[in-house]
Amino acid sequence: MTAAKGVATRVTADRNVCVGAGLCAMTAPAVFDQDEGGLVTVLKKEPQGSAELSSARQAGNICPSGAVKITE
Amino acid sequence: MTETTAAPIHRDDAPAFPSDRTCPYQIPKEYVEFRDSKAPLRRVTLYDGRQAWVVTKHETARKLLADPRISSNRLSEDFPSVSPSIAAFRTSPPSLVNLDPPQHGAKRRMMIGEFTLKRIKGMRTDVERIVHGFIDDMLAAGPTADLVHQFALPVPSMVICHLLGVPYADHDFFQNASRRMVQGIDAQSTVAARQELAHYMGGLVDKFATEPGPGLLSTLVTEQMAKGAIDRDDLAMDAVLVLIAGHETTASMTSLSVITLLEHPDQLAALRADPSLIPGAVEELLRYLAIADIVGGRVATADIEIDGQVIRANEGVIVSNAIANRDGSVFENPDDFDIRRSARHHLAFGYGVHQCLGQNLARLELEVILKALFDRIPTLRLAVPVEELNLRPATTIQGVNELPVTW
Repeated sequence: MTAAKGVATRVTADRNVCVGAGLCAMTAPAVFDQDEGGLVTVLKKEPQGSAELSSARQAGNICPSGAVKITE
Repeated sequence: MTETTAAPIHRDDAPAFPSDRTCPYQIPKEYVEFRDSKAPLRRVTLYDGRQAWVVTKHETARKLLADPRISSNRLSEDFPSVSPSIAAFRTSPPSLVNLDPPQHGAKRRMMIGEFTLKRIKGMRTDVERIVHGFIDDMLAAGPTADLVHQFALPVPSMVICHLLGVPYADHDFFQNASRRMVQGIDAQSTVAARQELAHYMGGLVDKFATEPGPGLLSTLVTEQMAKGAIDRDDLAMDAVLVLIAGHETTASMTSLSVITLLEHPDQLAALRADPSLIPGAVEELLRYLAIADIVGGRVATADIEIDGQVIRANEGVIVSNAIANRDGSVFENPDDFDIRRSARHHLAFGYGVHQCLGQNLARLELEVILKALFDRIPTLRLAVPVEELNLRPATTIQGVNELPVTW
């Protein structure tokens, strides 16, 4: 499941389905944040380095609403 | 989206559900059998003779809790209740826990801004002050205590009062009423307790409408009720739920966490030696203890084909997170307590749009509690053998109502 060379891993977050659990911001704080209203915001659309990438993937896995998606 | 009129399946051999724990931190043997069976759904018989599906696998549980054909409507006649006090929800006004999308999302969004990680992190100093205050009192009165009444219950109770803006001075009333509502022995006492709490919160709503104060409830009154986004009684009921969810759960997690750590001295020693293990230990305790394992009742609104089985429309589905959290394909050696494992994908807070609103507050409280309690009372131990503790029945939040400790 590794990305092809030259193709970046991208993260997206759908604020229409977000329920504000905050798990993404807790798990991958360099990649996700919450706005004042509690909804997800993406800080970094293309995470870099193994730590950021693995935390972003974990955030995608545990997001309860399906708002956070990772495209490899 | 085809609805079916087929009669629900009734199986004479469907075992009773739920089962009581015999150990505070291990799932009952009946759940081990469910967990180890191949079928992702098992037919069970509830106290009132109705039958429902219990979900036995972590991935199936996640899929169902995120499925739009699964409803949380506890007002539905078909909702699978595990006790008369849960069935009493059928007469409850619609609230955050029993609404489905899109009404649920609109309501939840009024509140999530108050529960962001940043807001919760900002409460750490207050939580520390509250935790240390109750430890001071306990040490002054010691060297024995009932950890539930002197610490595990008052700490989260005071914290949620602070967040909501409810006067802690009224704690005798609302702790007692919450307990009767959550652990009600029959529908009548549950409903009575709910009405007392709703009446109390309604009074606070009225007060904040003319005289705004600090906290979430007043904010909701001045920002949401004032513009007609929510009415008085709905708001009062949601405040009741936040109040209850905010202290009965964390109180139970605290008591059972202390028992579990004392019963696993090597892990407790590791935690004391390296406080950076605390956040991971909290996740593992949440996974392992799964205190709210009967909260995941749902009802199918259409036929759902899932993992080789079919749930018919109007059938009840129960996601026991205690079972899902012991799925060996997701958590290696699932019955072992291991504070170093990566456990954050547990389902202790549920999954899907209803996942616990206060989960990050719970995490903060548990982190502060475990650090402070074992730092300040290093010789803390149970005053009675663990086998003699009176465990709550399966039909309510798992825990103990008394925990004698000494140091």
